[in-house]
Amino acid sequence: MRRVVITGMGCITPVGNDVPSTWASLIEGVSGTDYITAFDASEFRTRIAAEVKGFDPVQILGSKLAKHNGRYSQLALTAAIEAMNDSGLELEKEDRERIGVLIGGGIGGLEVIERAMEALREKGPKHVSPFAVPMMGVNMAAGNISIMFNLKGPNLAVTSACSSGGHALGEAYEMIRRGDADVMVAGATEAVITPLGIAAFSAMRAISERNDDPKTASRPFDIDRDGFVVGEGAGILILESEEHALRRGGRVYAELASYAATADAYHMTAPDPDGYGAALAMSLALKKANIMPQEVDYINAHGTSTPLNDKTETKAIRAVFGEHADNIPVSSTKSMTGHMIGAAGAVESIVCVLAINHGIIPPTINIFNQDPECDLDYVPGVARRKEVKVAVNNSFGFGGHNACLVFKAYKQN
Amino acid sequence: MMSELSFETYRDYIAEHLEIEPEKLTYETRFQEDLELDSLDLVELVSALESEYNLEISDDELMEIKTLGQGYEIIKAKLEANKTTG
Repeated sequence: MRRVVITGMGCITPVGNDVPSTWASLIEGVSGTDYITAFDASEFRTRIAAEVKGFDPVQILGSKLAKHNGRYSQLALTAAIEAMNDSGLELEKEDRERIGVLIGGGIGGLEVIERAMEALREKGPKHVSPFAVPMMGVNMAAGNISIMFNLKGPNLAVTSACSSGGHALGEAYEMIRRGDADVMVAGATEAVITPLGIAAFSAMRAISERNDDPKTASRPFDIDRDGFVVGEGAGILILESEEHALRRGGRVYAELASYAATADAYHMTAPDPDGYGAALAMSLALKKANIMPQEVDYINAHGTSTPLNDKTETKAIRAVFGEHADNIPVSSTKSMTGHMIGAAGAVESIVCVLAINHGIIPPTINIFNQDPECDLDYVPGVARRKEVKVAVNNSFGFGGHNACLVFKAYKQN
Repeated sequence: MMSELSFETYRDYIAEHLEIEPEKLTYETRFQEDLELDSLDLVELVSALESEYNLEISDDELMEIKTLGQGYEIIKAKLEANKTTG
């Protein structure tokens, strides 16, 4: 099987509109949560979210492209431009039929659906935009990226709620391994800070209602956590077969060494209280790459800040890593970015790669009173210097989906 | 009742909808070749014109509209018909 390496990265998040600014915020422990500006949320139980700030899609994409892409797709295109530039790929010299695109997302163009519904109700069926269909489907980010760069390889979306990013990268990795493509533009995107999005998550009592203190609302592993904070953003990685990257002299950030996916098969939204499915994903991913639990230097947790996830994930990590669990720093990026739903796993994979590259582990912020049922080393408050050779990224989604990715410092054989 | 629709008013509305300079649009400007509008763009534009002028343009009429001028004549005729019947 071919090895798969990461040669380019791009992201846009609630704490930075590209990779360098996002990373700088994450190692400083900056919270991206604030009051919702996208719409008037004054009547909502939750009035806070982690929005992308200062994003002007017209400036980046031009007015026509901006107008004809849902926000989730605008974010993906923006991150894809950064990732492509970062990779140094010279597309005019490449075989474009060997370059594919796989972009995950939990929902798609939710604001497009809401606008279309409004037009339908208020003005009638004739007034629904002809762009409603090509702007609402979660597949269109992948389609639009292929059009922008003229990439003719495999092209699709995967969707698995909050684990879409993990699955997208994992499935793109498998496509390269099995030889369907040499390069994959892979990642995930989400933009659901809309009236329906917030109302629906709120109806589940899944999201924090800490309206009086937005910056501390996302507090994974803290005893007073009261749900996640809805975030938005996109993370895109350029995955490449090792052989292809070396041949063109591309800079290699790290190796994507393994991927495993499992299901809880337990409940629509609640995780299996034993964490069996999550633990199974982690142990399968380690086994597939022949990595011993003791070799893992860092776990980027799913760490949502919901009462159920954080203790179940802790249990799952203990089940897989045994006594070594106490020696592994585990941090939650979502404490700062909020939960970017489908995009989370992709952005958090970039965090794993940067932790390997810089030897720095970003913290979990807002742990004021650690939950006794969450008894791992969560890197509270302050980033930590540590050599990271192997990093594990967890993503779990409503529906009981679990995805686990393993990143390794790259070493040529 | 509104007075007769001038070409300039109609052109300016289209310019605003398409986010382009009104000076770039003439009676002869072709939607597809000159403005690079695809079929979805055109449906969207016509739907906006229907709302703006409170009239209906059938799909057969839509197929006939290739230039700014052709769209203008159809809309002007409908407005005048509305005026006499209404």
